[in-house]
Amino acid sequence: MALSGLDIYKLLPKTNCRQCGLATCLAFAMQLAKKTIPIEKCPFISPEAKSTLEAQALPLIKLITLGTDKTKFEIGNETVMFRHEEKFRNPTGVGFIIEDSLSDDEIKSRLGKIKQLKFERVGQELFVNLVAIKQNKDAGRYLEALKILLDNTDLPIMLMSEDLIALKQAVSISHARKPLLYSAHQENFAQIGTLAKEFQLPLVVTAQDINQLSLLVKELVNLGAKDLILNTGTKPIADKLWDLTQLRRQALKKTNRALGYPAITIIDQADYYDEAIEAAAYIAKYSGIVLIKGFSAWEALAILTLRQNIYTDPQKPLQIDPKLYPIGQVSRNSPVLVTTNFSLSYYTVLGEVEASKIPAYILSVDTQGMSVLTAWAAEKFNAEAITKSLDNFGVKEAVEHKNLIIPGYVAMISGDLEEQSGFKIIVGPKEAAGIPAFLKNLN
Amino acid sequence: METQIVLEKWPGVISTVSIGATKAEGGTRSNVVKIGGQTAMPLLFREGVIPNKPKIAFEIWDIAPLDFDEELLCAYGKAIRDPFAWAEVCVNDYKAELLCLKMQGTHPDFGNKTPQDAAKFVSTLLHKVKVPLVILGSGDDFKDNLVMPVCSEAAKGERCLIGCAVQENYKTLVASVLADGHNIIAESPIDINIAKQLNILISDMGLALERIAINPTIGALGYGLEYAYSIMERARLAALSGDKTLASPFICFVGQETWKTKEAKVSPQQGIIWETLTATSLIQSGADLLVMRHPQAARNVSKHIEALFRE
Repeated sequence: MALSGLDIYKLLPKTNCRQCGLATCLAFAMQLAKKTIPIEKCPFISPEAKSTLEAQALPLIKLITLGTDKTKFEIGNETVMFRHEEKFRNPTGVGFIIEDSLSDDEIKSRLGKIKQLKFERVGQELFVNLVAIKQNKDAGRYLEALKILLDNTDLPIMLMSEDLIALKQAVSISHARKPLLYSAHQENFAQIGTLAKEFQLPLVVTAQDINQLSLLVKELVNLGAKDLILNTGTKPIADKLWDLTQLRRQALKKTNRALGYPAITIIDQADYYDEAIEAAAYIAKYSGIVLIKGFSAWEALAILTLRQNIYTDPQKPLQIDPKLYPIGQVSRNSPVLVTTNFSLSYYTVLGEVEASKIPAYILSVDTQGMSVLTAWAAEKFNAEAITKSLDNFGVKEAVEHKNLIIPGYVAMISGDLEEQSGFKIIVGPKEAAGIPAFLKNLN
Repeated sequence: METQIVLEKWPGVISTVSIGATKAEGGTRSNVVKIGGQTAMPLLFREGVIPNKPKIAFEIWDIAPLDFDEELLCAYGKAIRDPFAWAEVCVNDYKAELLCLKMQGTHPDFGNKTPQDAAKFVSTLLHKVKVPLVILGSGDDFKDNLVMPVCSEAAKGERCLIGCAVQENYKTLVASVLADGHNIIAESPIDINIAKQLNILISDMGLALERIAINPTIGALGYGLEYAYSIMERARLAALSGDKTLASPFICFVGQETWKTKEAKVSPQQGIIWETLTATSLIQSGADLLVMRHPQAARNVSKHIEALFRE
């Protein structure tokens, strides 16, 4: 829990000396709470109070960077339990487990398929984040498999091994890629913690219960391992969801620094539907990383789309630039369809116009990212707003006809719009899926 | 030092809506499906009572579907051309605990069946299948106001869940539901204030809050899922904090939203996972009743629910 201005005030000298530039210590405390003034402005603050306040300025869940260069990604620094309270910040990293018991060709083939897992949805690129190599065989085979991995993927990597000697050798050939180490537990934490510290690598910490987990974290922090990721082991989904919820609450509600790190979940399901369901459940509930085995495009797209939904800022719906978009080889006779600048509305209409193979213009009206009906209700997608867009975005210059197709859901604005814009209004289908048939029957 | 677990206890409780009436209760249903009744946020079993699992209703129509994706048509085979056979496949082959009947054929653009024909269909269906029913209008307000009262009457005493009442058109439906002993679906457009307002309007007409399920209007995965997801979380938090006017279970129309999407039509697996994840994600934000279309998606979700509730 963040300290309030009054909580901070109690830690200050309360002398109102004005050295900080403010009239009273209370005023200074209020500014500190808002993080608008540095603590150093107070020359008389006690070292204890200073360290308390500095600690409070740190994120409650540590921000951790995985990988290097262009493919690196960040997890952690989350601030809320529910997305409506503000937003979820750093999207869950989605990774794949590859076992060293697979043949070289199979490993290469999977890495090739994983590389293809890139999608574009509503103007955003969706991609996967991590590849983990898991040891099932001897150290020699593990290193061979790791070498294939290093040569065949740019993604951040994770080293999963119970064999400390193999792990050390693996680190020695891969440390430049900043691999995530898996994992520290009760029996090995001293050695693996030292390894993580030596090479400045992120490290997964595993314990079945969170009390045990927090003790291990404290040990590792004392050893100098800094970037930790929490794992509560294999258990039923409902228990896992409970753990993830509890870890987030410990960090946010109790400022429990020992549990103030992102979490990882490793899914072990034979069926791809079950695997995707479980991954989606953990993405919605706070997991910083989820690891799966399935690499089919349909499964990855569904999981990544869910991640995109959950991590969309509720205050800032995805939007596009409002303007006139030509789709295909447009002419001065091409039809004009109007929609909002909410990404989902626009891209849905775009997809259907493209599918129709009929060149057309889409006029995107600035509705501040609201969808058709919401914008209509908020008077941002009414006769006036659409008329303004027709004028501002050069529709009259682009086409020589004066016909405008509006979404079926706002048929009620036809009259007003016709009057204000001077365009003939044609009511289109309610659902975008009806657009291809509609355009084909237009003439 | 032991880590102190953070437990959240809530004063509120979600109302339990019972769908279906058995012989003992004056109906002819083989079973009663209960939804709601929980005193904790979704799936946090250690913080309260979660007496009822989320339930799945299979969506069927009163006519052969006109715009269903090929994959859905294949899943049901020939039966889908005959609404009664379709209903029987859902119950007998796919073990549906309840059915959601949409009176699509009464819509002016989909056959424009008369209210009398609609009522006859409902009576016949009640004879043919014995599971509880959700009954929906076709979405044409004017026609629904003619059709739904007679459908409600045809199912009198069967304690169906009937919908959807909306802010601009709820009185006719509420009156029928009151007269015939059913429950009602209150639909609001992803808006917590309208959901609350509509529940108040309906209860002001004398229908107990315990007989309302909220339809929060969901979007499919990738199509605004997150809006309903967060509205449901907000409503549930308010309800558990003590706001009785929001303490209704949620019904989510997962199938109809999913199968509108482009992604669902790409491949059988992708369609199935799309419907599956839409449903399971909404369970996490509080869905109590999921209306679904694809039998494999329903099977996936059902298996997941069993895993979640295994103790």
